[in-house]
Amino acid sequence: MAKFDNNDDSVVVVIGSGAGGGTLANELCQKGIKVVLLEAGKHHTIADFINDEWNAFGQLSWLDKRTTSGTWRVAKDFPGLPAWICKAVGGSTTHWAGASLRFQEHEFRVRTEYGDVEGASLLDWPIGLADLEPWYAKAEDKMGVTRTNGIPGLPGNNNFKVMWNGAKRLGYKEVHTGRMAINSRPRDGRGACQQLGFCFQGCKTGAKWSTLYTEIPKAEATGNLDLRPESQALTVTHNDQRLVDGVVYAAADGSQHRQAARAVCVAGNSFESPRLLLNSASAKFPDGLANSSGQVGRNYMRHMTGSVYATFDKPVNMYRGTTMAGIISDESVNDPSRGFVGGYEMETLSIGLPFMAAFLDPGAYGSLFTDAMDRYDHMAGMWLVGEDMPQESNAVTLHPTEKDQHGLPVPNVHFDDHPNDIAMRSHAYRQGSAVYDAVGAIRNYEVPPYPSTHNLGTNRMSADPTRGVVNQWGQAHDVKNLFVSDGSVFTTGAAENPTLTIVALAIRQADYIANEMNRQML
Amino acid sequence: MTLEAMNRRRFLHLTGGAAAGAAMIAAGVGLTAAPRGAWALSLESLDAHQGATLLKVARHVFPHDTLDDVYYAGVVQSLDGKAAADADVAAALADGVKALDTATSVPWLDLSDGYQLRILEGPGETLLHTVKGDAVVSLYNNPLVWRHFGYEGPSAQHGGYMNRGFDDLNWLPDPDEQASPPSA
Ligand SMILES: Cc1cc2nc3c(=O)[nH]c(=O)nc-3n(C[C@H](O)[C@H](O)[C@H](O)COP(=O)(O)OP(=O)(O)OC[C@H]3O[C@@H](n4cnc5c(N)ncnc54)[C@H](O)[C@@H]3O)c2cc1C
Ligand code: SF4
Repeated sequence: MAKFDNNDDSVVVVIGSGAGGGTLANELCQKGIKVVLLEAGKHHTIADFINDEWNAFGQLSWLDKRTTSGTWRVAKDFPGLPAWICKAVGGSTTHWAGASLRFQEHEFRVRTEYGDVEGASLLDWPIGLADLEPWYAKAEDKMGVTRTNGIPGLPGNNNFKVMWNGAKRLGYKEVHTGRMAINSRPRDGRGACQQLGFCFQGCKTGAKWSTLYTEIPKAEATGNLDLRPESQALTVTHNDQRLVDGVVYAAADGSQHRQAARAVCVAGNSFESPRLLLNSASAKFPDGLANSSGQVGRNYMRHMTGSVYATFDKPVNMYRGTTMAGIISDESVNDPSRGFVGGYEMETLSIGLPFMAAFLDPGAYGSLFTDAMDRYDHMAGMWLVGEDMPQESNAVTLHPTEKDQHGLPVPNVHFDDHPNDIAMRSHAYRQGSAVYDAVGAIRNYEVPPYPSTHNLGTNRMSADPTRGVVNQWGQAHDVKNLFVSDGSVFTTGAAENPTLTIVALAIRQADYIANEMNRQML
Repeated sequence: MTLEAMNRRRFLHLTGGAAAGAAMIAAGVGLTAAPRGAWALSLESLDAHQGATLLKVARHVFPHDTLDDVYYAGVVQSLDGKAAADADVAAALADGVKALDTATSVPWLDLSDGYQLRILEGPGETLLHTVKGDAVVSLYNNPLVWRHFGYEGPSAQHGGYMNRGFDDLNWLPDPDEQASPPSA
């Protein structure tokens, strides 16, 4: 692995090693660009992963202090845990399930498609599906997504069997074991899925794509990557020309260092990326770096989510095998006759007994709750994930008084459902229950959203610099050598799980950065 | 363990299930197996009455009729550990137990289940939430409890569920091969 000098201002500093940052770093390194990759979390290996929900949660999650406000139920049940995401080399790609779906054409221009939705800050993306298609293709190949590139789908597990039968009886057409970044056959030096059932705890076979053991070692092999784990970026610094020139970060022992930079790419996920920009306020950027629009931290989206678990009189044992084992896509269209704009996907999901206790109905007790738990092995489950409406007031802001271990303000995450989100969730609960009723469910449980796993929109992309933070390349409107490289650039959320799009955008961004460097524009 | 710590320990004696089961639990949650199927829970901070009360509270909070007391004792042990480490927790638990016992002229443990629950949801509400917050992890995160619920847990050491029934459900037709291709 390379080691670059802290004063070497020819390096690109990438902050965060997850889906966005890990991919971007590798792509830049492959093009011969020197990269310092700052990652707040520890560098674990596959051998460290634990097949145990709470232990793995403690090992990999981002548990630094955060606060919440708003009417979302997470603020009541998990006030210090607005998101379920990771602090580790590999970021949330260590935890993720692997569902890898392209956005639909209309989802890049929803302001045009849906019209003016009251209370929503909808905006069309500055790019369309056609712009992203070649990059989606590269991302699918890189990640080994099933049902693309001739890779067969995964075999369905018990949870999928229940979903498939219910869906077919209900008349749904698009039902299969999904497009997953999980090897169904050995590929790219990694083995095939052994149906461990602990995809959320770090895949112990390496069958599931994670930047931890794909992008990052490949980048290291080029000799252009200086990966610094346990190095948390605190502020991004700039010069008189309004260009960024370095990153101040805290090492494991708390000592602070500054790495000089030719360009800085922020990929800390949708809470930490805007927080970093806001914490980097200066005389020249009094409202935070790259925040002349006032949009940094705003338009926070978390997808409309919820789950339906159903109990049956015969066993299911849903926890065996891939966590997300199949999908129904029929509801992902935009059909306003359902009472809401946008669509949603229905994806099987299983959580183990410990997490079921925590998430089935947070705070519940008594026999209604324990009746459900008693039937755990007779349960099937699905997650509902759809497009939520961006709202300016849903925002990541700096807490006025609370500070983290480095003395910086912690982020507060404010969220209220939009009426469209509620109408969609209600429809999704009903349809999810109908799927299970069609195969004889004894009882359906409408499970509220978990702490957010999909966090989007807080540095959104816009054609108009007054309406968003970055342009179509993820380049800050205000600072040309500052980039945002994670899901916070999403203008709107679409119905699909976000990571394939984050990766496609990162590959595209690396290409742009390399070209701009060649043209001496950076 | 120092002698002093030994002396501070108190024992909660209860009659549990089969001795073999108790021995298994002992390995998992640090209980001491006692002769003739009884078992004892060593307590650091709580007294035996508080321990027995909290065990019953845990049963009310998450009632599983077929789950033996010994599993709920894991919750008491977890609370005892917190009380030993934090005097505020110890005081709160003591206050909570007192609130239950002074709600009527009859000691709470001697009351019927219906009375117990009503008091727990009234003057005992704070205690209820404390016990619930602990038990949601300390009861359900116990690998020995998993068996009761049919959750088989970790699978990496067994090579996954690939050959251990990940697709053994047979009360519904199998999906077509396009939707669900065969394993590699
Ligand atoms: C349980 C779970 C299941 C999921 N399943 C799916 C799925 O099936 N499909 C899908 O598309 N998506 C899924 N996701 C979401 C997916 O993980 C994220 O969309 C994706 O990882 C986000 O990429 P990112 O680069 O924005 O952030 P992350 O992958 O979260 O990476 C951010 C990294 O930045 C680091 N960081 C943050 N701040 C700093 C700082 N100041 N200095 C240094 N480092 C910093 C963090 O430690 C972290 O490692 C899932 C997520 C979870 C938690
Ligand atoms: S089910 Fe497959 S992808 Fe998930 S953890 Fe196991 S081997 Fe990895």
